[in-house]
Amino acid sequence: MLEQGYFRKLGLEDISHKVAEGARLTISDGERLFACPDMNALGSLAHYARTRLHGNAAYYVVNRHINYSNICVNGCRFCAFSRKKGDPLSFELSEEQILDKIRAGGKELTEIHIVGGCHPDLPLSFFEGLLRKIGHIQPNACIKAFTAVEIAHFAKNEQIPVKDVLARLKSAGLQMLPGGGAEIFSPRIRERLCPEKLDGKGWLDVMRQAHEAGLKSNATMLYGHIETVRERIEHMVALRELQDTTGGLVCFIPLSFQPANNQLSHLPPTTGVDDLKTIAVSRLMLDNIAHIKAYWVMLSVKLAQVALCYGADDFDGTVVEEKIGHMAGAESQQAMTRREIEMNIRDAGFEPVERDSLFRPVASSPPRSDR
Amino acid sequence: MAKNGRLNIDQAWELYRSAGFHELGGKAHRVRLEKHTEPVVTYVIDRNINYSNVCVCGCRFCAFFRPPGHSESYVLSRKELSAKIEETLLLGGTQILLQGGHHPDLPLSFYEEMLSFMKSKYPIHVHAFSPPEIVFFSRMEGIGVGEVISRLRHAGLDSIPGGGAEILVDSVRQRVSPRKCSAAEWLGVMEEAHSQGLRTTATMMFGHEETPKERLMHLFALRDLQDRTGGFTAFIPWAFQPQNTAIPREPETAVSYLRLLAISRLVLDNFDNIQASWVTMGPKIAQLALFFGANDFGSTMIEENVVAAAGVHFRLSVEEIRRIIESAGFKPRQRRMAYEWI
Repeated sequence: MLEQGYFRKLGLEDISHKVAEGARLTISDGERLFACPDMNALGSLAHYARTRLHGNAAYYVVNRHINYSNICVNGCRFCAFSRKKGDPLSFELSEEQILDKIRAGGKELTEIHIVGGCHPDLPLSFFEGLLRKIGHIQPNACIKAFTAVEIAHFAKNEQIPVKDVLARLKSAGLQMLPGGGAEIFSPRIRERLCPEKLDGKGWLDVMRQAHEAGLKSNATMLYGHIETVRERIEHMVALRELQDTTGGLVCFIPLSFQPANNQLSHLPPTTGVDDLKTIAVSRLMLDNIAHIKAYWVMLSVKLAQVALCYGADDFDGTVVEEKIGHMAGAESQQAMTRREIEMNIRDAGFEPVERDSLFRPVASSPPRSDR
Repeated sequence: MAKNGRLNIDQAWELYRSAGFHELGGKAHRVRLEKHTEPVVTYVIDRNINYSNVCVCGCRFCAFFRPPGHSESYVLSRKELSAKIEETLLLGGTQILLQGGHHPDLPLSFYEEMLSFMKSKYPIHVHAFSPPEIVFFSRMEGIGVGEVISRLRHAGLDSIPGGGAEILVDSVRQRVSPRKCSAAEWLGVMEEAHSQGLRTTATMMFGHEETPKERLMHLFALRDLQDRTGGFTAFIPWAFQPQNTAIPREPETAVSYLRLLAISRLVLDNFDNIQASWVTMGPKIAQLALFFGANDFGSTMIEENVVAAAGVHFRLSVEEIRRIIESAGFKPRQRRMAYEWI
């Protein structure tokens, strides 16, 4: 419970009242929360808000990441993954290579997460064909694929409207969009870090159209590089406004910037306190987005577990193979087993719930082999 | 918690078992802020030198030791020792943490000579020989622990590290480290050292085969001794790292570590300092530990071999330690072994 005296001493009594009543926080409330020097106070506010939404449940998914190619026409300065076509370190998986990975996922796979670079010449028909075949191999897994940035890129390449891209991919089996490419919406930051990339307005517009087409999506924020705290909060508020309109955002995923092997390698990594503040403030600001993810690939397993006590309710999943964060120096393992995930969730005091991409509990399944 | 009173073991158990994560952390943090009213977090620049990895103890949790005669066994030469100390001094270091195994063939005079050599040649604090080593020396030489400590002190020993405490409950020690000194012997060495005017630290290695309640018994044993002597400068809990050891299990999670740290701060009301362990938990969790009772970031560990042997390799520079402390809202201060600021 929230002890008002405690928050009064920290000058946060009004905010703690708002949190207790479920009232909406302002940008300046968010800034004051970031400035709070007491990590237990901030944590207990965020924990209160997440408990009201999810009780004692913490979610995870049995998923598989596929990065189909790192060839990308953009050159975002924070990215260690992207390569130009012809670069010896570039790669491009063939349809058969991708399908082999999908087959290897076995019957337990609930979600297939597919993202790649903005490839200059893979046609939309390639992806349509791919999704159809994946749906055939894994009819029960949710295909969550292509960030808003990739969708806008397909539209540009094919010279057709975004709406048509979404409709074609949806009819090929696309069920949901991951939240990547949002970075920080601030034009000031995008101009400096990713000038070639779809801008913040464009990202939000693709998502609005996806939601209108009946596709749910996630949303990310890449923080800890050159943005200000206020720009982080404005990013959250932009998502909150989109969500008020469409209701299509399922989960918010703060991604800590990883400084290895990119053009921002002079920057230090984020600290644990900054990571947890970002998780906690996002839980408190995003009153209309149900889920906040503690993405262990970026945070490390240890910090992701603690993040469950700072407002996050989702541990992501088994992942299996991840390239984007790891090429930028993320030191986490490549995969987690179901047993490891459940142990971390239980040890943090929560009840693990296996979910699908839309956070519906997966019907209690027979005991599974360890993966 | 009883007002103005100290926790008894039942109250501590209730808190440890059932208090919410932030409730427990918040209580510990309040105690920490009362004990250290300035918003300072300290650290020490030092190096762990392991003079030898030869050990006849064979503790099941240890990935560092090698039996006598093993191809990977070593004893450091004077030249190697000097190079390590000189590098430490160049990096602004003030102390050497010197520990080894239970080497069956080295007499006490070997250690006396090593200390005299180090102290005569270098202006450095020598924090050396955990209680199990001292008990081992005493058995080997057939003399009392008091005499061992006195001889080492005269040779230059400045303080004693709190290693080898593991869990101070004999039934646990018999399972995980049957040939190591008993809980009473460990405490006895510390009591004797304190009575001879040496300050020491105290550690706990948890997360192997002990029960949660046995962790609390460990804390209360330390609190009782500290009531009598006041000689402990700090408490340092470490989470057992299972890789390459004979105790297969998952390592303690971060939440479990932070809860243990917080209950330690609450039970050990007569200890001034609690150290966060970035070496085992990583810099991010160690930074958060500053809100769960820890007021010290430990050492820069120019060299560390024991945890590294268990497959855990975190590395931090002084600059990075200072940045982590500052970004948590505290002022970093370099300290000496007895927690005086530099």
